[in-house]
Amino acid sequence: MRKFLAKNAPGYLFLSPWLLGFFFLAIGPIVTSFYLSFTKYDIATPPRFIGIEHYEYMFVWDARFWQSLKVTFAYVFMSVPGTLIFALAVAMLLDRQIRAIGTYRALFYLPSILGGSIAVAILWRQLFSNAGVINSIVELVGFEGPYWLSDPDYSLYTLVILAVWQFGSPMLIFLAGLRAIPQELYEAAEIDAAGPFRKFFAITLPMLAPVVFFNLVLQMIEAFKTFNSAFIISDGRGNPLDSLLFFTLYLYNEAFSFFRMGYASALAWVLLAIIGFFTAIAFATSKYWVHYENERG
Amino acid sequence: MTDSVLDQGPISEARQVARDLRAAREKRERRSRLLKHIFLSLFAFFMLYPLLWMVASSFKPDNQIFGDLSIIPTTFMWQNFTEGWYALRESFTLFYWNSTLITVLTVIGNLLSCSFAAYAFARLDFTLKNFWFALMMMTLMIPYHVVLIPQYVLFLNLGWVDTYLPLVVPKFLASEAFFIFLMVQFFRQLPRELDEAAMIDGCSPYKIYWAIIIPLSLPAMATAAIFSFIWTWDDFLAPLIYLNDIANYTVPLALRLFVDAESQSAFGQLFAMSVLSLVPVVVFFVVFQRFIIRGIAMSGLK
Repeated sequence: MRKFLAKNAPGYLFLSPWLLGFFFLAIGPIVTSFYLSFTKYDIATPPRFIGIEHYEYMFVWDARFWQSLKVTFAYVFMSVPGTLIFALAVAMLLDRQIRAIGTYRALFYLPSILGGSIAVAILWRQLFSNAGVINSIVELVGFEGPYWLSDPDYSLYTLVILAVWQFGSPMLIFLAGLRAIPQELYEAAEIDAAGPFRKFFAITLPMLAPVVFFNLVLQMIEAFKTFNSAFIISDGRGNPLDSLLFFTLYLYNEAFSFFRMGYASALAWVLLAIIGFFTAIAFATSKYWVHYENERG
Repeated sequence: MTDSVLDQGPISEARQVARDLRAAREKRERRSRLLKHIFLSLFAFFMLYPLLWMVASSFKPDNQIFGDLSIIPTTFMWQNFTEGWYALRESFTLFYWNSTLITVLTVIGNLLSCSFAAYAFARLDFTLKNFWFALMMMTLMIPYHVVLIPQYVLFLNLGWVDTYLPLVVPKFLASEAFFIFLMVQFFRQLPRELDEAAMIDGCSPYKIYWAIIIPLSLPAMATAAIFSFIWTWDDFLAPLIYLNDIANYTVPLALRLFVDAESQSAFGQLFAMSVLSLVPVVVFFVVFQRFIIRGIAMSGLK
């Protein structure tokens, strides 16, 4: 017993803040949230158990739920590939030993570090307003710009562009990945007279697969959780006509504008399930397209 | 014979050809490097244009902002800053103080609690270690929205709503698993022999943490501190939910209030306050760039 204590005491002592946090702020709330999703709860009165009614309503009747899914998925499937393609293209340009690489790297990364702020969301609102900078540029080229923020057919693009603008952090991860590719592979390919496309698809992309995978999972989870910019650009409600009703925004409004805590908890669990599902798919399929260099066979 | 045999006849010609070829290739490479630099600088300008435009707009009179593409203001309306600072019911002095207080406490909380947990996971041996580690890694994936409502109910019952406690206390309980992960990665690289030598000299695990691990891990601690600063400074959702009284508002909440209250007229002031809100983050970025870029490459922090 003394020995057991001596072995475990320091470890658990150092771990104790995390353990407290884990039980009271993570696993406890997760379980509670699951329970609340089966109740009607408005905070003022105690939760009342109603079974799966919320889930039934959500999937069968709630058009706004489906709309919010549509908006979020459209956003994720446009912004994540866009961001990754930009990130990889710029990383490859920067990879060769060029002068001032540090400066370029910092400049391209700057939008990533500022992009999530409220100030940049405010800026975006003005850039894309009817007589704003973007439309002035579009007019200079000779076209007439759309009503980016009030036309539901265009509003989501403003947020996709904002996301792609922040390609800097996956770019840095790609740069680290590109550095790790042995140069001899390219030299060998050159001797075999491989062109730039062949080199990209036969060497760069396969060697970079683990990094692509890592970036993909990270960016996807981030994209599903988008909130700040959507909140500011859509007046906090998903305007115009629910075309910016991001899932997180719908959840926030159900919980803190209408105090439908039970229903919002059910929404939160759907979000968790979606993120879990996509992460699991990424991991499950990774063995078919991600090969690690030191792997045998 | 003074001239070497190599400088005569066909061999010398061959050398000349090789020299010419090399010169041509170098010229071609120089030109392609130059093209690449031109392309990259144009692209960088294009990327940063929105930010430059915002800075310029913060100096322009309201009627010159929209549709004006110029990033060099012709007049300097310093009153955008002075009037914007006092445009809301409370002045921005208070909002900056609130934001600073929350941010400083958060950084301290994250550094202490996350390094404790990381030290336990990376260096100590205890029952169920792998089990807890797996759970910790799982919490990385859990979106904040799932724990949001029960946490809100908990803090409401504790009477903490409209105070800074719900924003700060979780940070002292290692709620940011990303930082634990980052520090575990770093601690594991430190040579084990250091701990063993210290143990033989009679050091306790607490002393080893404080006197060996932390002093050797300053780069990782700096990275965690910087990201924790930037994330907290920009944080919007948690303050939005927990802070009601305008006297408790952080800078992002004040900006949002500005959008709602003033956006019909005072765009210059709105931009001036927005630009100022980015200044601390930009300064941190410029000063600590090295740590930030290494941190991302190491762990994929955003």
